[in-house]
Amino acid sequence: MKALIRLLAIIRKELRQLRRDRLTFGMIVGIPIIQILLFGYAINTDVRNLVAAVADQSDTHLSRQFIAELGQTQVLDLGRAAAGPEELERWLRDGSISVGVLIPPDFDRRVLDPGRPAAHLLVDGADPTILGVANQLAFMPLAFDTGKASRPARTLEVRPYYNPERRTAINIVPGLIGIILTLTMSLFTAVAIVRERERGNLELLINTPVSTLELMLGKIAPYVVIGLIQLALILIVGRLLFDVPTRGSIVELYMAAAVFIIANLALGLLLSTVARTQFQAMQMTIFFLLPSILLSGFMFPFAGMPPFAQWLGELLPNTHFIRLTRGIMLREARLAELLPEVYALLAFTLVAMAGAVRRFSRRLD
Amino acid sequence: MTAADDRAISARGLTKSFGELVAVSHLDLDVPRSRIYGFLGPNGSGKSTTIRMLCGLLTPSSGRARVLGLDVPVDAAALKPRIGYMTQRFSLYEDLTSEENLEFIADIYAFDRQRRKRRIAEVLERYDLTDQRRQFAGTLSGGQKQRLALACAVLHRPELLLLDEPTSAVDPKTRRDFWGKLFELAEAGTTILVSTHYMDEAERCHRLAILDRGVKVADGAPSELKASTGMTVVEVSGDDPYAAQRALSGHAEVVSVTQLGVRLRILIPDSVPRALELVRAALSGAGVRAEAEIVPASLEDVFVAVTQNGRRREARA
Repeated sequence: MKALIRLLAIIRKELRQLRRDRLTFGMIVGIPIIQILLFGYAINTDVRNLVAAVADQSDTHLSRQFIAELGQTQVLDLGRAAAGPEELERWLRDGSISVGVLIPPDFDRRVLDPGRPAAHLLVDGADPTILGVANQLAFMPLAFDTGKASRPARTLEVRPYYNPERRTAINIVPGLIGIILTLTMSLFTAVAIVRERERGNLELLINTPVSTLELMLGKIAPYVVIGLIQLALILIVGRLLFDVPTRGSIVELYMAAAVFIIANLALGLLLSTVARTQFQAMQMTIFFLLPSILLSGFMFPFAGMPPFAQWLGELLPNTHFIRLTRGIMLREARLAELLPEVYALLAFTLVAMAGAVRRFSRRLD
Repeated sequence: MTAADDRAISARGLTKSFGELVAVSHLDLDVPRSRIYGFLGPNGSGKSTTIRMLCGLLTPSSGRARVLGLDVPVDAAALKPRIGYMTQRFSLYEDLTSEENLEFIADIYAFDRQRRKRRIAEVLERYDLTDQRRQFAGTLSGGQKQRLALACAVLHRPELLLLDEPTSAVDPKTRRDFWGKLFELAEAGTTILVSTHYMDEAERCHRLAILDRGVKVADGAPSELKASTGMTVVEVSGDDPYAAQRALSGHAEVVSVTQLGVRLRILIPDSVPRALELVRAALSGAGVRAEAEIVPASLEDVFVAVTQNGRRREARA
């Protein structure tokens, strides 16, 4: 009973302070909205309008028709004409184009010869995404009036499930929930505790009957609610601006998010016991945020990473949460089908919380 | 040591070192109940470290302490509800109002609703904060902050109050008022342990321990301490205190020369006979015209005497 009074006192105090702290209050709403706008509009792996140039050494009716068809794909923006391959190479080098189309003088004859490629694409292959797009272009069917060209037979037909329009936002937004919550939740808790230590509040508190667990639970409880509010914000903005659906159970999505939020709050507590200043706490959160973006499967497909990176990724809560959100929101998966991810989050929470309670000293030495 | 001990605090051989640095060395301490007990010493003399050991915030490197009949730091959890602690720095929440801070503390000590309301009204009244109760703690004046901190520290009526340099940031009038409140508390039965580096505050304590670089160099009531310095205090006043100081400070028998305005206070051990004649001879020998007379020791003289003794012992060793 006394423990409950103390717990509620800490929660009430935390909420009062939060209400008066305009910066934090602004970040609760601002971070999710700004991030989703930035990532939602900026990240697009469905590449269009690559800056390109053509060197047409053939300059026949056929080659001009070919160039027109290439332009119609909208993948290439064929604004410039080059004199020859040397000029294409120079433009590639100075970065003014990403793709060069080289049509050799004997283009008309090559088109009829299935053994030889009709033309060349010079690609800035340093960016694998651009290279991938160029590779797709290589198989572009040509329907010239030669009548000879035929569609190459496909061994496999691709049927895109869950995202037939191949919109990047469909994949990005569910992943973004994890990124935003990782950032805000661990940052808020870490800073909240370190601030109390910096201002001397903690020295007063540890001389009262408050227990470590009461203090920690009271500190994180308000943020669980805040995290769930942020989730609602992201879902609404994602739906309105990017038409990202929530196909599975919204209740199960919230349950998964609650587990994930608590995992990040526990992490924040752990960081707060290590950091000496608010600035250090922020640095540590960023240090943790980067792998959560890069190794979690948010940016790059998890399966494509080397085993060591995968192993690291498995340790991050965000990796498991992204599988949960993408599963529930896009593939209409049930939480029961994704239980291993939930267990992984719970295990992370336990370890982080145990570490935080252990490290949080009620003494000063 | 029995449970019916009339001492609020007793410590034997209390020592704390941080690596190479010995912050507190073999401290013996007996603090009677319902009294104001002072720790006098300069910064870095081990006052805060001792207070923190006594409330269980620091683990002693060696030695033992019993506070209110409980062993610290082993029984620190049982001790916490019975002590009040006021830190050197203002450590309440500046973005909460006075009343909200008090409410928070009341809840931390799990007061029931009625007691919470009654006690908060009581301390607001007693510590003259009723008008400031809806003001943010961060915007209070130095004196108001200090009264609020005291109000929070005594809200749960602790048997023992530990105050770590509570008046280091406030003006003399506020300090005097603050001590008035401390006497009221002691009168009502609270034991108070207070650290300070102000002589006038030390003078007000019932008992006093003088700490110098982690060692207790004197212990007793201020009057006892002043009566037993083992020093003769000669006060010199003249037109040229600097010349007088030059004439005396090199002298083999003079322990210390302290200037107070145009006057000098000269400490000479009791073992030296005819201290006054000695001073007069030294002055006239140097051609300095000044009056000299023997005066009673002040607490500052006691402080200088005991800390100088320590230094001299060290220099000889």
